[in-house]
Amino acid sequence: MDSLRGKVAIVGAADTEVGVVPQLSATQLYVKGAKLALEDAGITKDDVDGLITCTSFVEPYMYHAEMIAEYMQIFPRYCLNVATGGGTTLAIMHHAASAIATGVCNTVLITMADNMLSGLSRDKAIEAMSTAGHAQFERPYGPPIPGFYAMLAQAHMHAYGTTSAQLAAVAVACRKHASMNPAAQMRQPISIDDVLNSRMIAHPLHLLDCSLVSDGGAAIVMTSAERAKSFKKKPVYMLGVGEGHSHEHLSQARSLTTSAAKEAGERAYAMAGLGPKDIDVAELYDCFTPVVIIELEDLGFCPKGEGGRFVEGGRIELGGDLPINTHGGLMSHCHPGHPGSLFSITEAVRQLRGECGPRQVKDAEVAFVHAQGGIMSTHCSMILGKENN
Amino acid sequence: MAAPGVKPVPVPTKETQPYWDGCKQHELRVQKCAACGHHQFYPRLYCTTCMSDRVEWVKTSGRATVLSYTIIYRPVTQAFAGNVPYVVALVTLAEGPQMMTNIVGCEPEKVYIGMPVQVTFDDWTEDISVPKFKPV
Repeated sequence: MDSLRGKVAIVGAADTEVGVVPQLSATQLYVKGAKLALEDAGITKDDVDGLITCTSFVEPYMYHAEMIAEYMQIFPRYCLNVATGGGTTLAIMHHAASAIATGVCNTVLITMADNMLSGLSRDKAIEAMSTAGHAQFERPYGPPIPGFYAMLAQAHMHAYGTTSAQLAAVAVACRKHASMNPAAQMRQPISIDDVLNSRMIAHPLHLLDCSLVSDGGAAIVMTSAERAKSFKKKPVYMLGVGEGHSHEHLSQARSLTTSAAKEAGERAYAMAGLGPKDIDVAELYDCFTPVVIIELEDLGFCPKGEGGRFVEGGRIELGGDLPINTHGGLMSHCHPGHPGSLFSITEAVRQLRGECGPRQVKDAEVAFVHAQGGIMSTHCSMILGKENN
Repeated sequence: MAAPGVKPVPVPTKETQPYWDGCKQHELRVQKCAACGHHQFYPRLYCTTCMSDRVEWVKTSGRATVLSYTIIYRPVTQAFAGNVPYVVALVTLAEGPQMMTNIVGCEPEKVYIGMPVQVTFDDWTEDISVPKFKPV
């Protein structure tokens, strides 16, 4: 399965302002991200022949990608909208890479945004909170979204002795990195005690074990490796990509402690011909702290059950063995919903270009990005590199 | 969507009606495959193991074990505010399938993974009784 290895590159990447952005609508955030990514790539909208968007929760359209194309007056030959929750970003890139590699289109613009913080009415906010889970077999029991993840955390703690302080270390690392990122929504450093002393939301998860609610958008431009060399900046190549899908509803999960990140990661490593030891920086989906611990295990960075010990002692912080979420992640940079993991991609691109200033991972050549959506339902892993050989 | 203050009362479908009919009689039912013996929940047209269409409704023992749980302090909507703190759990039925539920009838702090529990029914409306579990 080396069909896509090194054949496609990211040639433009940009974020809008993120966090609290009341001055822009969801649609405007999509379009602003798109404009910034096109500028980063050094091309115009007329060079785009493929457009992919994620669904907007705040400003939904029946055919969302068509809407953004119409708004921008782009007339692509390949146009689709994807929704696999937090996994959407990387799944979209997988579709885009396949389309580019098979010659369906040449230059794909991917734009994703939402304004979950400023754009929701009270009724929409309640809907957002209460429509997770199966209508007949889960919602009657009143599980808030953190509650689903709390059950994963509890199962991991029971099976492997993972502690609340270890979960907290994930939040502390993300905040430390956000403190070095002027764009991040939450920049005040926090300690493990701050996390443990924050309000209990769904035992064992505290407020600071949970990610943010934000506004914001990001966009990237992808093209073939051959064409990539003629763009403004040095391309970042897709070396490996893989997906894993295990369930829609948590109550149907095969396992609470091992996720389909395992299959996604194995497929991405196999395509890239690389392994966990080759990774310089990892941007891992961090909607709740236990997710990062499960991902570190399932993606092979440590053995199953060792994730809690792995995150101790600054190992996942800048300067550690495996710096993660160098922009601050969903925990501290921003989390506008579907687009969340596109900020992991734009950060990985910046890391591989060496544009990250004080939070730059020295000599970063290979980055790993993982996204999951639903309740550990959809998984996509991607390995990006400075070189395509 | 659930309006504030109104609990999300399940609306049975053609496929799930026998399950809710069972609950109304305070009987927890799942499907059992007549071809391979596999028990499954939620209900489906075919057996998830062998794809046989000979899936039949059977009454379960109502016994289960807690697979994982959480204690909710911040309710999902105002409808659940009066229940806080409440336990949301995943349980494994003695017959094999797993399901989401609430653990009731004990202090939330007494719940543990591996705890043996027994089904009990919460009558929400004339037609809908929601199965929950209590310590054995």
